[in-house]
Parts: sequence; structure tokens; C-alpha cells
Amino acid sequence: MNTSIANLLVSQRNEIFQEWMHQQLSSEAMRADLISEADLRTESDRFLEVISRAVQSGNFNDIRAPEYKPVLEMLERFSRSRGFQGFTPSETATFVFSFKQPLFNALRKSGNSEPAEQIENVWAANLLIDKLGLYTTEMYQQSREEVIRRQQEEMLELSTPVVQIWEGILALPLIGTLDSARTSVMMETLLQKIVETRSELAIIDITGVPTVDTLVAQHLLKTVAAARLMGADCLISGIRPQIAQTMVHLQIDLSEVTTKATLAEALRFALKRSGRATQSKDFRE
Amino acid sequence: MDRIPILRMGDLLLVTIQVDMHDRLASALQDDLTGQIAEVSAKGVLIDISSLDIVDSFIGRMLANTSAMARVLGAEAVVVGMQPAVAITLVELGVNLSGVHTALDVEKGVEMLRNRIGFPERDDTDVRF
Repeated sequence: MNTSIANLLVSQRNEIFQEWMHQQLSSEAMRADLISEADLRTESDRFLEVISRAVQSGNFNDIRAPEYKPVLEMLERFSRSRGFQGFTPSETATFVFSFKQPLFNALRKSGNSEPAEQIENVWAANLLIDKLGLYTTEMYQQSREEVIRRQQEEMLELSTPVVQIWEGILALPLIGTLDSARTSVMMETLLQKIVETRSELAIIDITGVPTVDTLVAQHLLKTVAAARLMGADCLISGIRPQIAQTMVHLQIDLSEVTTKATLAEALRFALKRSGRATQSKDFRE
Repeated sequence: MDRIPILRMGDLLLVTIQVDMHDRLASALQDDLTGQIAEVSAKGVLIDISSLDIVDSFIGRMLANTSAMARVLGAEAVVVGMQPAVAITLVELGVNLSGVHTALDVEKGVEMLRNRIGFPERDDTDVRF
């Protein structure tokens, strides 16, 4: 069964291709601003070629079978490039779904007068194209997720700067939500910097942290404990009034850590502790 | 059997741990150290672990015990030079070493001990200085 579709794709290839192109170019999903007609032609031609080769096997169900490998590879590349070019997911999937009409037209014209057989053929082609269309969407989604993941990693690297603000004093201004992945990056960079600069004090400023819950507090306390094990003390600054209230309501115990309301206050405290005077004339010199 | 050397610097003792600890080595170190503290009436002990890349909860407990022993004998103990990765591991293991003093390196450790115990008093019978 279904050999007729495979035969059609070979014998009627030119007609199917022309009709498909005509339909794609006139369809709403055609984005002349993003892709040239020539490129679309090449892509369509390539798809037609790989699919007609794949269906020769008579397999219309399992698109994970080895004979469909070139089809899937072609669609994966296609989805990725469409994603980068700025096509929407439905525009991308329409490329595959729009292949139905020329294929069905060709089936109708094929002169097969057996209705049951025709319906079976249509159904098989329908299933196959649906699967391929969904695969396209899946690949599109995957390429988008890769972009998001990469951006997240970049953000992670950007978001944990450790700066030396005085001899022996480090500052770690935190911005954004703290999760365990970020905390471990933060901990590593802070501890590394403590070793490099032989600093005995580190100020963790949480002005830019929007919310502090028990988990975030636990992450902070872990960092403080690790720094203490190495012989450096941590101050936590930039606790906003609302956050101070939340912390007390959540019964987060920060009694082991020195906390200050502002970074300036923490710096003043740090300078005093390291034996430096903090009168304003000291700063002018 | 391997022994961990204990160096004497005035009224301070310096222990540098460079090999993997196991329980016999640990108990030998604790024997030697407590003996030395009593013998030379040391006021401070520096335990340098900067060459240790890997620690487990056993070493964590050993460090806590050793410094507690030193304290019982009237000496302040400071653990110095812990590597960042080691500190992270210990925190993840839940070993906070509360009650143990820490310093970044031997120099800062000595400075810290000097601040806590003061300089040795010079008296006529002291031949060390």
C-alpha cells in the first residue's frame, strides 16, 4: 500500500513542486522581507527530494526510522535558520503543512477510482506531514531554548563581579534573584578573589536582590560560612527595610553575621575594623 | 609510620598538613601536638592546610577536635590557608567548624594570634629571645 504516493512524488514531481511554490509564494505566511524566492525554492526543492526518497521505503509512520534521517536533518537545519531569521513558529511549520494541498491534488488527479484506497492514501500522507510539521515546531522550540540557555550562562558570568574597593576589602554587589547555581558561582568567585587579594573582609551587598526568602538567606549564610573557613569575614549590606521585616518574620537567623543597612555603612565599619580612620580628611588626601 | 612535623616558633607551634589524613595519622598528630603544647607551654598553634586539595568530614572533625584540645591546654589554635574548593566542600557537608579560628595564610594567622595572646613576656629566665 501507499506505493502510489511514493510513485506520485517521483512521476509528478515537477507539477507538485510548481503548485507548492505557487501556493507558498501567494500564501499569507510568505515573508518576502525575511527570505528570497530563490532561497525558498532551494529549500522546497531539497525537502521534496529528501521526502520522496524517504517514502520509497513504504514507511509512512515512523519518522525516527533511518530512512527519514535526511528529512529530519534537513528540517532541523531549516527550523534553526528560520528561527534565527525571525520567522514565527507557525510560519515555520506552515512550510511543511502547506505541502499537503499539492500532494492531495496530485493524489486526486492520479486517476485512482477506488475511494477506500484514496482515503487510505490521504490519511497516510496526512499523518506523515503532521508528524514532520510538529517535528519542525519542536526543533524551532529547541533552538530557541538553546539561545535562552546561552544567554542565561552569559548573564551568570556577568552578574557576579567581585571588586576590591580597598586594600583588604572586597565588595560583591549582587543583582537579581539568587538561586543555587548563581550562589555557587558567586561563592567560587568570591573565595578565589579572597585568596588572590589576601582580603580579610568581604562586603556582600544585596541592594539589587529583589526578594530574600529562606532559601536565599541560606545561600548567603553558606557563602559567609565558607569565607569564614578560609579566614575572611563577611558583612552583608543593603538590606532594605521591607526585607529586614520579611527576614524577621521568616525567623532567618543572621545573628552570626554583621549586617549593615547600606554599603557606605558597611565600608565605614570595614575600614574601622582594619584599623583605618574614617574621618573625612583621610579621604581627601 | 609517617608523622606530621611540628615546628616551633617561639611560643607558637606550626603544623603543616601536606598528606592525606587517616585516623592513625590524625591521632598521632593529636598525641604529638598535645605533648608539645604541654612541654613548651605554647600559647598558639597554627594548623596550615593550604596544601590540602581534598578534605572530608573526617578531616573537618579532626581540625575541630585538635583545636579544641589545644584550647583545653591553654593555647589558641588557628586553621590557616584553606583552599576555596575545600571551604565550599566543608560548608556543603555541613561542617562549619564553629569555635575554630581561621586565617588566610600563616602570616595573617601569626598576626591574629599575636593580637589575641600578645607578645611573649621577656623575663630573665627565658632563653628563647
